[in-house]
Amino acid sequence: MTEIFFILFAVVALGGAVGVVISRTPIASLLFMVATLASVAGIYVLFEAHFLAAIQVLVYAGAIMVLFLFVIMLLNLGHDYRADLRFGLWSLLGFVVVGLTFGVLAQGFLDVNDTGFREDGAAVAAALDAAVQEQGVAGVIAEPLFTDYVVAFELMGLLLLVAIVAAVVLAKPRSRSGES
Amino acid sequence: MHEMNELSTFWFVTIGAVKVLAVFTVVMVVVAYMTLAERRVSAFIQDRLGPNRVGPFGLLQPIADGLKNIIKEETMPGTAAKLYFVLGPALAIMPAVVTFAVIPFAAPLPTPVGTVDMVVADVPIGILYILALSSLAVYGIVLSGWASNNKYAFLGGLRASAQMISYEVALGLSVIAVLLLIGNVTLTEAVWQQQQLGMWFILPLSLAFIFFLISALAETNRLPFDMPEAESELITGYHTEYSAMKFSMFFIAEYAHVVTASGLLATLFLGGWDIPFWTGDDMFRHETGWIRGFDAAGAPIPATPSVLITLLTLGAFCAKTGFFLLLYIWIRWTLPRFRYDQVMHLGWKIMLPGALGYIMLVAGTMLVLDQLGVPFGLLYGGVLTVVSGITTLAFIFFVDRDRVIGGAHRKIKMARRHVPAAPKSPGGPAASS
Repeated sequence: MTEIFFILFAVVALGGAVGVVISRTPIASLLFMVATLASVAGIYVLFEAHFLAAIQVLVYAGAIMVLFLFVIMLLNLGHDYRADLRFGLWSLLGFVVVGLTFGVLAQGFLDVNDTGFREDGAAVAAALDAAVQEQGVAGVIAEPLFTDYVVAFELMGLLLLVAIVAAVVLAKPRSRSGES
Repeated sequence: MHEMNELSTFWFVTIGAVKVLAVFTVVMVVVAYMTLAERRVSAFIQDRLGPNRVGPFGLLQPIADGLKNIIKEETMPGTAAKLYFVLGPALAIMPAVVTFAVIPFAAPLPTPVGTVDMVVADVPIGILYILALSSLAVYGIVLSGWASNNKYAFLGGLRASAQMISYEVALGLSVIAVLLLIGNVTLTEAVWQQQQLGMWFILPLSLAFIFFLISALAETNRLPFDMPEAESELITGYHTEYSAMKFSMFFIAEYAHVVTASGLLATLFLGGWDIPFWTGDDMFRHETGWIRGFDAAGAPIPATPSVLITLLTLGAFCAKTGFFLLLYIWIRWTLPRFRYDQVMHLGWKIMLPGALGYIMLVAGTMLVLDQLGVPFGLLYGGVLTVVSGITTLAFIFFVDRDRVIGGAHRKIKMARRHVPAAPKSPGGPAASS
């Protein structure tokens, strides 16, 4: 049963990803992207990572992609993209980056044994189950986030704040007399 | 101790399917009768009769409306983007009908094959599931507005996306205050913690309730936040080009959202299926079995699920949800529509900082109470109630900006001054405020 759902979600996720790249209109690309994100969330649910799935849908599919949609519609994009499709140095660089990322991800699968699980998989899973029992699904993610990685977390917040301030400064109409 | 009496896989699947069907059917019927209730209540508010011809009291009106919508001609604008035009209503209705699944609607029901939770899916992420799926609802509206290739529909769609993004933030932040007090995100736990606290969260979290109510109004695109379909400026906004059943699907989606929002309000702030002033219905799935609470020594007190309690709690849940449904209609026919910039101002400059500050306040108060070792009970809730009450009053005074409260006060003073000059005029301008 789980395998059927996994194959279904995996096919939609991969198909959506291909669709994002080959669609002719930005709106179609965006909808394919949403389908991919939702399918990945479905795969998270199959792994019983409900919290991650909810956040995936809430943040990426529900908020960020809506903003994308908003911008695409507002700027009425989609008529002048052909000039960007030339093959050049930048697309070569893009392929290199994608290849490297894929290599790093593939490395994670190398220490997998014949049964499809990591060597220490059972121990990790048991520890996780115990932690979920004790702290709940949100607590398991929140605890390391606010203890071990608190500096990185705060820096991310600061980065976002800087981005927001920059956006406000850029969007604000300039006035010589100092009044906005 | 009452046995856990878990369901076998076969019965779990069968009963699950029955619950899905039953809840879906009930929600759809409530949606149908919401349209009738809306028209009847609005008629009552405006001193009219409303639809009363089809069946007794017009009770068959929703069936007639449905039939009409099915047999009407479907129009397809020649310049519309056809695929997205058809996809729009489907995307709008889907999140609306699945979100009710995580709301518990009664105490557990004992059956010969095991004890059945009275919730379609008690997923561990509870309220996040509702937030995540309702955040997808905006796609249907925006896409249909864009695909219609009509400038009014497009403006409606754009307004909808801006408004829903803005108020999702306030909605999420107001829920955080509730989650702090629950200590978890599942809705069954929300009901349980309110039973444990001895009071409903509307008291200790009054400001969160106000924020949630306002953002829920905005999220469901109901008056006074129905900017996306403001008739006076945008014809009917994003569904201008739709007809027959496709139009009806937007309608069903809106009312299904209202039903879910009412159920959620009832669960988070009015105790869900909890019956007030009675601890006999308190029930929660504990490690050792169904429990009613903990005694002074911390040992669990067992509870016995019974059919009577399930029926009573179902009635309590329906009454609370019905109250919010009525409140939604009441608000719609009482308040005028906001201007668009006012909607944005309220969302970003008042609700967002207000909700953020309130989270800090609730978290701070809870930290102090926990440090002092106050047990989770009436005293705990009482302190929070006082703190929240003061904040709520200050908030209302702030947003009122001396208009309603201060204005009424001035009018009363003016009236007192003029009473000798115009004796006994009950219908005067001062008295009618």
